[in-house]
Amino acid sequence: MTRTNRNVYSPPFVAFILVLLLWCSGAHAEEIIVSAAASLGNAMQAVGDQFQTDHSDTRVIFNFAASGALLQQIAHGAPVDVFASANQAFMDRAAKQNLIRAQTRCNFARNTLVLAVPAGSATGIQDLGDLVSAPQLRISIGDPATVPAGRYARQALQRIDLWGILRDRLILATSVRQVLDYLRRDEIDAGLVYNTDVRIAGEAVRSIKTVATDDPIVYCIAVTAASNRPAGGQQFIDYLLSDTGSAVLATFGFERP
Amino acid sequence: MPPFVTPLMLTLKVAFCATLVSSALGIVIARWMQCGQRWSSDWIDALLTLPMVLPPTVLGYYLIVIMGRRGVLGAWMQNHLGISLMFTWQGAVLAATVAALPLVLKSARAAFESVDEQFEQAARTLGASEWSIFLRISLPLAWRGILAGVMLAFARAMGEFGATLMVAGNLPGRTQTLSTAIYSAVQAGQDQQANLLVGIASAVCFLILFGTGRLLRTQHH
Repeated sequence: MTRTNRNVYSPPFVAFILVLLLWCSGAHAEEIIVSAAASLGNAMQAVGDQFQTDHSDTRVIFNFAASGALLQQIAHGAPVDVFASANQAFMDRAAKQNLIRAQTRCNFARNTLVLAVPAGSATGIQDLGDLVSAPQLRISIGDPATVPAGRYARQALQRIDLWGILRDRLILATSVRQVLDYLRRDEIDAGLVYNTDVRIAGEAVRSIKTVATDDPIVYCIAVTAASNRPAGGQQFIDYLLSDTGSAVLATFGFERP
Repeated sequence: MPPFVTPLMLTLKVAFCATLVSSALGIVIARWMQCGQRWSSDWIDALLTLPMVLPPTVLGYYLIVIMGRRGVLGAWMQNHLGISLMFTWQGAVLAATVAALPLVLKSARAAFESVDEQFEQAARTLGASEWSIFLRISLPLAWRGILAGVMLAFARAMGEFGATLMVAGNLPGRTQTLSTAIYSAVQAGQDQQANLLVGIASAVCFLILFGTGRLLRTQHH
């Protein structure tokens, strides 16, 4: 009786497996994962593209969300190399939980908070004070628990004693970009977002005026403690701080720290 | 008042309303489909079952497109009635109803079809109206299957998250259900709060399902 089953270790099959293993483990580019605040979305992507052009052996992958949410991800073990936060408080918390390499921490950009309305809005809002005039006005800010923009917004409202009146009426968003989206869709009458966000939205959203906050809006960045590629992470941070990186950020409206 | 009371009460309110509306609609539509072999039954069935298989975010997106301030229906409602369902608990009920409807529909349809036609025919020969047949024969005979569907619908409505988050938002005290409250607590790193809410949600769901299950069982002679 002849053997009808083919020998599984036949040469073509083994060759295929070897090629597969080589392809998987072989010379693919180094990858750096950067978790960055939602408001940095477009600007960081542009910096990343520039970076990858100048460093062809490195790939940068971005993860955008509210800084507080990103911090939670890192605390729960997300394999992130670099963390960029829209406020100092979340970075301080990261440092306290030993999630970042403290010596790599630095500030890289500055932003401003603005009161914005949908472009076609006829509510006649000119100032923060106008927000309390009509109780049915829909106003949105980021959730202060997780969104830096929400914290800055709360500060801005507390400064002029409007927080107590407005706090129960506010629509809290999961990120500053969600507030922007609400504005774009005309689902709300007013929102507090960054100046840089309004620029992204173009014609759909109109900025009324800049809003003063107690803390300056300064973005900071650091390499995570658990990173497997700290050198690569530091390389990205250095690039961000360089003239090239700063120039790209400036085109999106971010100022130097 | 402990922090879990408001989301719990709101969740129960939304779930009850959604179950009520989806059950009424589901039973009526199932009956309508059963009466006569309409060619339209199949594609209406597929359309109404869609929310069960669509990702919750897709469902939420469709609801925003239709019910948002610039949406097809939403704009009309805003301009003529001055109301918008976005960011309201009624919007949460809408999202939960759409998600729960397929469950009642499928169960009710199966339940009605399992009723022996002979009983209905006999009633017809004795002169009962269609409405009377439905209320006094079909519904009582099919009620067990329908109730199973209603239970599933309630559980689904209680757990509705994705579409609810997109349509009603996550406004504490107004539209923050247990599901979205847990999400917020986890996002903000408030593990104690999250644990408490998860415990409450699990306990309530378990009690309701256990209780209804027992109810169904004891009725069985």
